[in-house]
Amino acid sequence: MIYRMGAALVSLLGLFLSAYLYLYKIGRIGALACGNGACETVQTSEWSRFAGVEVALIGVVGYGLLFTVALLALQPALAGSRWPATMLTGLAAGGVLFTVYLTYVELFVLRAICRWCVGSAAIILSIFMLALLAQRRAPRQPAG
Amino acid sequence: MAASPVGMKRFYAILGAVAVVGIGLLGYQLSKPATVSIPANVIIQPSDTAGFRGYLKGADSAPVEITEYADYQCPFCQTFATLQMPTIDERLIQTGRLRWRYRDFPLQQHQYARVAAHSAACADEQGKFWLQHERIYEGQSEWAASRDGADIFRRDAKEVGLDLAKYDACMSAGRYAGRIQASYDEGVRAGVSSTPTLLVGGRLYQGRFDSDAITRLVDSLAQRAASTP
Repeated sequence: MIYRMGAALVSLLGLFLSAYLYLYKIGRIGALACGNGACETVQTSEWSRFAGVEVALIGVVGYGLLFTVALLALQPALAGSRWPATMLTGLAAGGVLFTVYLTYVELFVLRAICRWCVGSAAIILSIFMLALLAQRRAPRQPAG
Repeated sequence: MAASPVGMKRFYAILGAVAVVGIGLLGYQLSKPATVSIPANVIIQPSDTAGFRGYLKGADSAPVEITEYADYQCPFCQTFATLQMPTIDERLIQTGRLRWRYRDFPLQQHQYARVAAHSAACADEQGKFWLQHERIYEGQSEWAASRDGADIFRRDAKEVGLDLAKYDACMSAGRYAGRIQASYDEGVRAGVSSTPTLLVGGRLYQGRFDSDAITRLVDSLAQRAASTP
């Protein structure tokens, strides 16, 4: 249960982080607290959108989903079920793959590293690891 | 398998505390006081543009024209303006091979982009657009991180020798807000979505943003123009 709790908590952090970046993208807050211009370089580039959608908004939706599934997985009725942990792992794996793509763009296309993106990468990796551990702890479905 | 009720209570308390801190921090960011701003939601009047199609640099007879859509607060634009433009200016514009057209494309996420563009427009009224333009780009790291970029633009205006009474009147009236928005709208219609974007002969430039690549492009276009009967 501790891993599901951890996943919920870290997903909430990711949700706030991506909400902050999205508020910046839609012009609701001023300059990003970043320390250098790299965050702006990344956030204002053409790669800050994916398939026409703001990457930060994808983050808000993604972390929101992870948070919801992690909370669901904590409900006593589902504590013995394996599927919430499997679903959490699947969602987090998608997030990790998307993060790998974004990190590649930062390193090799933009040549700029946004600290907030590094934070998000650490968060999604943590969720993935916690989800894997939760899955290992979850009971096997009875065969046949 | 399930956590004890005490453990769950403690977990929800921690989750609640994180939520309160997160919402508080986002709320603080949203409520920070805005500084002097130039509105984006203006109704553009025909007099706002009155034939104005950007700030020009270079000879009318230059065989090639490049239009740049840029945002004063965009870091790429700053790098291009301060590192590449001096060479482009010396090598191509001053030699009569290229005419440069600068157009505003202030991105909504940049707090001071419109104020900066407006400051340069007010300097243009006094014939000092390019001086103020360069000052604004050179000082980007300072004003972008400041509490009030407009104060720094005013200091620049003073240093480039503008009549401050006229400059202040221009800024407080937001005289060029419509023109800046018209420039932005034209950029969107031309397919601009990020900054800086260059348009060569009305087409979006896809090459590298350095003076050597621009020189090769201008040379090839000038050659083509010369060989066309």
